[in-house]
Amino acid sequence: MSEPLHTVYVPRDAAALSVGADETAAAIRAEATRRGIPLRIVRNGSRGMLWLETLVEVETPEGRVAYGPVMAEDVPGLFDAGFLDGADHALAHGLTEKIPYFAKQERLTFARCGIIDPLSVEDYRLHGGFRGLERALAMTPAEIVTEVTESGLRGRGGAGFPTGIKWNTVLNAKADQKYICCNADEGDSGTFADRMIMEGDPFCLIEGMTIAAIAVGATEGYIYIRSEYPHAVATMREAIRLAYDEKWLGDEIHGTGHRFHLDVRVGAGAYICGEETSMLESLEGKRGTVRAKPPLPALEGLFGKPTIVNNVLSLTSVPIILDKGANHYRDFGVGRSRGTLAFQLAGNIKHGGIVEKAFGVTLHELLYEFGGGTITGRPIRAVQAGGPLGAYLPPSLFELPKDYEAFAAVEAMVGHGGIVVFDDSVDMARQARFAMEFCAAESCGKCTPCRIGAVRGVEVMDNIIAGEKVQANITLLNDLCEVMTDGSLCAMGGMTPIPVRSALKHFPEDFTRSPAAVAAE
Amino acid sequence: MNARSPWSAERATAVIAANRHLRGALLPMLHALQEEFGCIDEEAIPLLARELNLSRADVHGVVSFYHEFRRSRPGRHTIKVCRAEACQSMNADGLIEHIRRRLKVDFHETTADDAFSLEPVFCLGNCALAPAVMVNETLHGRVSPARFDAITASTLATEAAR
Repeated sequence: MSEPLHTVYVPRDAAALSVGADETAAAIRAEATRRGIPLRIVRNGSRGMLWLETLVEVETPEGRVAYGPVMAEDVPGLFDAGFLDGADHALAHGLTEKIPYFAKQERLTFARCGIIDPLSVEDYRLHGGFRGLERALAMTPAEIVTEVTESGLRGRGGAGFPTGIKWNTVLNAKADQKYICCNADEGDSGTFADRMIMEGDPFCLIEGMTIAAIAVGATEGYIYIRSEYPHAVATMREAIRLAYDEKWLGDEIHGTGHRFHLDVRVGAGAYICGEETSMLESLEGKRGTVRAKPPLPALEGLFGKPTIVNNVLSLTSVPIILDKGANHYRDFGVGRSRGTLAFQLAGNIKHGGIVEKAFGVTLHELLYEFGGGTITGRPIRAVQAGGPLGAYLPPSLFELPKDYEAFAAVEAMVGHGGIVVFDDSVDMARQARFAMEFCAAESCGKCTPCRIGAVRGVEVMDNIIAGEKVQANITLLNDLCEVMTDGSLCAMGGMTPIPVRSALKHFPEDFTRSPAAVAAE
Repeated sequence: MNARSPWSAERATAVIAANRHLRGALLPMLHALQEEFGCIDEEAIPLLARELNLSRADVHGVVSFYHEFRRSRPGRHTIKVCRAEACQSMNADGLIEHIRRRLKVDFHETTADDAFSLEPVFCLGNCALAPAVMVNETLHGRVSPARFDAITASTLATEAAR
């Protein structure tokens, strides 16, 4: 009788690949061959414990045992130790799902990510995939929209608009053609959750978009993915091909009368295309300049037709809502922030990665209980929450619960759940300058406050940093921020003042250096 | 390695035709052309304009709007370095200084021997493993100056031997 076949999991997520996952997988394959051990290597997505990448897991009767970070050169030693049977080793972490970072999470959207082979329809179904869609196929469009509305799901792209209300607008619009557009232009620094789920559980996005299509009567959809994500583009394209093969996409979805066609489109390096109307312009083959609203995209969206534009995490939250019901989802969270969010711990953080948790978790818990403080070992001085247009927050605000309204009350935002950590070496005046520089580089140019205000903002910040007429320049900076906030056409110019003002408010000492101090630097 | 095919109007016409069936086809066409030739050649502009019934100015407007589309051929290898906040917090600026000195090239430039082009990017989605660098299509995380040298060592050696 032959030995039982060992199964080893080695992620194929871009973050894992960036620290050598392919080399690790190749080393495991070579070492097993050398020792004559039959082996099955599954290239899964990432569990989101990124400091442990490459996180290798082996299947044991007790569950999957984790080893990490495993470099190619660690592989012979792991074989010697008997890791295929879950043996102890310096890189061993025990059962993956018992690792506190993972065990303390509440995974709904990311429930399958890192567990399954992302491109196996069979694996997807074994882990509850397509159950939400199957239920949706038996419901009326209005019932599906009601379910999503009652779940309390708000757009996970950052603005937090209730998803059910948006869907209802598209459902009630009369048109010969409607579209579903997934905004996968995840350009915010500190965010990688969209990428992770597209690479780790792509059928979940296909399922969510198909449910949306059935709910509003759309027959075509696009996923707009940024060009900086070649792995996500390749994974989504392959998953769509497989979904067509298995009749989960196409003219007759599993023998029902429903038709839905889905395609991937690739952006071209423009941050502004994460703004929904810019993205629609780009999808139409134009410059990605913002459109004035109204008309809402829900009524006049892609090619002038009613269109749902949702973020990746909004759409990938839908299958579980349909599968387990609105109440199950709504029971997570606080206040008007329902369900879970995939918080992303990034930057100068010891244990960076994805933490999916119900709303209401505090920054302090995320930064210290999950994140373990900075990787440099120095104190955390500031975190930027919600992307490059989000506020810089000082430790005095770390007890704030993650809740859209609680954050808005202190002029901050939860946004996409991205959290970028800085230690005490950060210069907040330079970060404020960068916010303006970023806006100047990425403004679509359509409206003057954003296009010119950002350039002026860089000049004013340069003067402040040089210690020139600091008080007068701070007054000017505040004026400029007011003009950009009130006068910009979209969130790019309208929110660039948020990081600037928050830096000035919470870290004023970095803005008021004397010329002598500057000269001494 | 970056695409190096010399410009061919015939080949460009075929690439454009292969994307004709798409709605809003201009971006897919531009991506396909850049994949073939390494950049959007000036001579592609009238071909695209004719195909899509646009003015040349319209096409030019789109090409120049997006950071990704190049007007001239890049070096044999493209190095993209993330300049966004998460990487800044892990001293991306220091890494960038190192790369500039090491390769003797600045952002948006190509080395004199045509080997490397250096480009800034805002976010490669590897923010928990900052700083991040993409060499051609390969993403690297936690890139210290020493790790950058190790990553590029074999490429540098091959280029030096040319």
